[in-house]
Amino acid sequence: MTAATLPRRTAPAAPHPPGGLRLTAATAARVLRQLRHDHRTVAMMLVLPSALLGLLYLLWADLPTVPGQPSTFDRVGLTMLGIFPFVVMFLVTSIAMLRERASGTLERLLTTPLSRPALLLGYGLAFGLAAAAQAVVTVSVATIGYDLDVAGPVYLVVLIAVVDAVLGVALGLLASAFARSEFQAVQFMPVIVLPQFFLCGLLVPREQMAGWLQAVSDVLPLTYAVEALQEVGASAGASGTMWVDVAVVAGAALLALGAAAATLRRRTS
Amino acid sequence: MDAAVTVTDLVVHRGRRRVLHGLSATLPRGQVTGLLGPSGSGKTTLMRALVGVQVVRSGSVSVLGETAGSPGLRARVGYVTQAPSVYADLTVRENARYFAALYGVGAAAADAALADVGLTDAAGQLVTDLSGGQQGRVSLACALVGVPELLVLDEPTVGLDPVLRVELWARFHALAAAGTTLIVSSHVMDEAGRCDRLLLIREGRLLSDSTPQELRARTGTEDLEAAFLTLVRTAEETAA
Ligand SMILES: Nc1ncnc2c1ncn2[C@@H]1O[C@H](COP(=O)(O)OP(=O)(O)OP(=O)(O)O)[C@@H](O)[C@H]1O
Ligand SMILES: [Mg+2]
Repeated sequence: MTAATLPRRTAPAAPHPPGGLRLTAATAARVLRQLRHDHRTVAMMLVLPSALLGLLYLLWADLPTVPGQPSTFDRVGLTMLGIFPFVVMFLVTSIAMLRERASGTLERLLTTPLSRPALLLGYGLAFGLAAAAQAVVTVSVATIGYDLDVAGPVYLVVLIAVVDAVLGVALGLLASAFARSEFQAVQFMPVIVLPQFFLCGLLVPREQMAGWLQAVSDVLPLTYAVEALQEVGASAGASGTMWVDVAVVAGAALLALGAAAATLRRRTS
Repeated sequence: MDAAVTVTDLVVHRGRRRVLHGLSATLPRGQVTGLLGPSGSGKTTLMRALVGVQVVRSGSVSVLGETAGSPGLRARVGYVTQAPSVYADLTVRENARYFAALYGVGAAAADAALADVGLTDAAGQLVTDLSGGQQGRVSLACALVGVPELLVLDEPTVGLDPVLRVELWARFHALAAAGTTLIVSSHVMDEAGRCDRLLLIREGRLLSDSTPQELRARTGTEDLEAAFLTLVRTAEETAA
C-alpha cells in the first residue's frame, strides 16, 4: 500500500443516486451470497422438507383410504407444502436480522443511502427466491416420489409456497424487532407459527370449530394459505377462491413488512 | 469557510444516564480532527450523533449544512464503527462491492478502496478467516468506497502494526488535502500529534479544542500524553 502517493479519487460519491429498486436488488444479492457460503444451510433448506414429507408418506402408506375422499397424506402432505416454507423462512429471517443487529452492520446500513423498506424488501426477495427453489424440490419429490395427488396445476402449489415463505420472511423481520437475543427469536417461532397451524383447518375442519376460534382463524393468514392449497388440490383449474386466498396472504405479508419497517428505528439510544 | 460539522448544546442519555452534557464543538472542513478521551467518555456516542443513529435529548447537530442523519447526507457521510461491522460470512471483495452498490459507485471503486487499505491480496478470502486488524481494514474500506465528504472513524487503527498505521494516516491526510473532513477517535497519543485539531472530552464534556501545538504550549509539555493527563487532572481538581 502506498497511501500518500495513490492517485486521488475525488469523483462525486453518487453521480446517479442509486434508486430504491437497485438497492433492494443489491441487498437481495448480498443476502443470497451469504446463504451460498453456508453450504449446510442450503442443503438443509432444499432437502429437509422432502425428507420430513417422506416420513409422513410412510406413516400413512399402509392405512386404508375412504373411497371418494382424498387420502390423509394427500390432504396433510399438500398442506405441509405451505407450512414448511413459512416456518423455515420465519426462523432463518429472524436470526439473520438479529445477526445484522448484533454485528453492527444494521447500524452501519442505516447510515447509508439504503432505505429501511429497501432493506426489508431485499430480505423478502432473497428468501422468496430461496423458497422458490425449496418449493420446486419439495413439490417435485412429493408428486413424483410420494405420489401426492394434486388435481390442479403443480406450479400453483409452488406459487402458494413462495407467497407463504414471503409471509414467513415478513413476520420474521417483524418479530426480530422485538427479540433481544437469538434465544428470544427462536421462541417467537412457536408463538407465531403454532396457533396459526392449530387453527388453519388441518387438525379440525374450520366449520366444526367453536365460533370464536373460527373468528380467530379468520384473521390468521396461514388459514388462507392452507385453503388456497386445498383449492388447488381439489379442482383442476385455478379457482377464484384460491386467488382471493393468495391475495390475502400476500396482503398480510405486505402489512407485516410495513410494520417491520415502522418498528425498525434508525436512531437508537 | 464554514464548519463541516457544528454541534450545539448536545445532550444525550444512554440508558438512565446522561452521557453527553450539553456538548458544543465544530469541525473545520478539510481537516483531520482527533477525538480523544478516556474510555466511556462519550466518543462513540458523539460519533453516533454525527451520523444520525443516536437518539438525542436536546441540542442540535448540523452536518455539511443539513441536520445530522437527513436522507440527503447518507451518500455524503461514511461511518466506521468501533467494532468491525462487515459481513463475516462474505468475502472481502463481496463486502466492498455491496457497500459500493449502496453508495452508487461501481466495482472498480470497491477494488480501489481495498487497495487503499492494503487488502487486494486478501480480496477473495472470507472475512471470518481474517485477523482482527484485517477485519478492521475491511470495515474501513467499506466506508472509503463511497468517497464521502465527511468520514467518521471510530478507532480505525486499533490492532494495526506501526507501518500500516503510518500509511493509513498518510491516506487520511491525503483525503483531507483533497477536501474530505475526517473525525478520528483514538486512544493512541502518538496519533493525536498527527491531527490538525484535537477535541478532548471527559465524562461527556469538552475539555479542550485546540491544535496539538496549542495544547503543548498551554500545558507546557512537548509530550501530548502528559499534556492530556495534565488537562484531565486539572479538570478533576476543579471538579473536586
Ligand atoms: N448501549 C448502551 N446503553 C447504555 N449505556 C451505554 C450504551 N453504550 C454506551 N453506554 C454508556 O455511555 C457512556 C459513553 O459510552 P461511549 O461508547 O460513547 O464511550 P467511548 O468514549 O466511546 O469509550 P471507549 O473509548 O471505551 O470506546 C459510557 O458510560 C457507557 O457506559
Ligand atoms: Mg467508543
